Amino acid sequence: MKHHLIPRVIAKLTIPGILLFALYVQFHGDYGPGGGFQAGVIFGAGFILYGLVFGLENLRKVAPPQIVTAFIAVGVLLYGGVGVVSQILGANYLDYDVLSAVDHDGQHLGILLVELGVGITVAAVMMTIFMTFAGRLR
Amino acid sequence: MILAIDIVLLVLLAVVGIAIIRLRNLFAVVMLSGIYSLLMACIFVLLDAVDVAFTEAAVGAGISTVLMLGVLALTKNREKIPVTTPLLPLVTVLVTGGLLIYGTWDLPAFGDPNAPIHLHVAPAYLAEGEHETGAPNIVTAVLASYRGYDTLGEVTVIFTAGIGVLLLLSGGLGRRRRDPDEPNSGGGGAS
Amino acid sequence: MEVLGHFNYWVVVVLMMIGFYALIARGNLIKKIVGLNIFQASVFLLFITLGKVTGGSAPIIAEGITVYSNPLPHVLILTAIVVGVATTALGLALVVRIHESYSTIEENEIADMDREP
Repeated sequence: MKHHLIPRVIAKLTIPGILLFALYVQFHGDYGPGGGFQAGVIFGAGFILYGLVFGLENLRKVAPPQIVTAFIAVGVLLYGGVGVVSQILGANYLDYDVLSAVDHDGQHLGILLVELGVGITVAAVMMTIFMTFAGRLR
Repeated sequence: MILAIDIVLLVLLAVVGIAIIRLRNLFAVVMLSGIYSLLMACIFVLLDAVDVAFTEAAVGAGISTVLMLGVLALTKNREKIPVTTPLLPLVTVLVTGGLLIYGTWDLPAFGDPNAPIHLHVAPAYLAEGEHETGAPNIVTAVLASYRGYDTLGEVTVIFTAGIGVLLLLSGGLGRRRRDPDEPNSGGGGAS
Repeated sequence: MEVLGHFNYWVVVVLMMIGFYALIARGNLIKKIVGLNIFQASVFLLFITLGKVTGGSAPIIAEGITVYSNPLPHVLILTAIVVGVATTALGLALVVRIHESYSTIEENEIADMDREP
């Protein structure tokens, strides 16, 4: 799509908005509709749009496949790690109340970290899937 | 009014579904399945499931369509006319559907606030959720806090699916013929 | 109202039949995966329909709202949708590999090739 000017300009204008919206959905999920699953998909979609318009080579430069693949595991480990931390602090697995002495802060922190883990894994999986399918085209 | 919009959207959904079966051009089928997801997202909004609608719109109409188009580019985009008669599948489907419609008579009416599903667990989440977790969005509270184990499992499933796609597709191209000069090079591509 | 009270369920059954038919009657593998998605979405619709309360609002606690729809089916389906697309991608990856090996994605042609010695 390298010779199509309009998609390139529109993509350049919208991709920052898409990524910012994904971050909003990620961190505002406690208060409004949203959360890790949606944010991950939208974040991945921003990169997929970049890959569709500017080509797979450029996408690989922006998001190196090795790093993206590593992030698939980082998200799951972050999720599981929160559970391990709460266990070390003396509570049950994934019991967030012990993460902070102040009431509710522990729950807030736990939900935030867990949703972040979900978002990282989902975004990385979506990008990986797109890159492997697109890489097959040649 | 909401009921009328609901019925119109549901009829459209069924029409799109039938069109998907009848069309042979797979490009059109993929586009229609994107429309199907978008209609489904609209119905989810009507049924108060905003989080679900959000996900369905992003996943079904966005990512799935891109993936399917990618696969069409890698394979063929025309379905061949089948040689077998679809009589047996049709009978199976009609019998299954008839039994399920018979089964729906025992389901509570649409929107009934006294249905069994609304009497257990959910009232407790709605009453205590914000107080116990500090998150006004009860869907997030249940997803991340009350049922954190389930979500950990779901994330692991997504992780596994991602690794599976990588294993299936990121190796050497399957179409590549084995080099006759190197008889032992088979299997080397599966890195 | 009794008839309209079950309309959602009937559409769910019809969509399920459409998806099921595409899955078992069509030989094209991509059509089968699209059929599987339709089937899957009909189950999502069934769950969300069961969670709806007449006059209810989305389950985000706010002042002035007393009736909320049931959040539990929403949680189940939310995760199921994302898992669904991940498994769809896995299925599509298998289709791509099958096409690379057999140069076709029609089920009966693949079976014919397998039968040949």
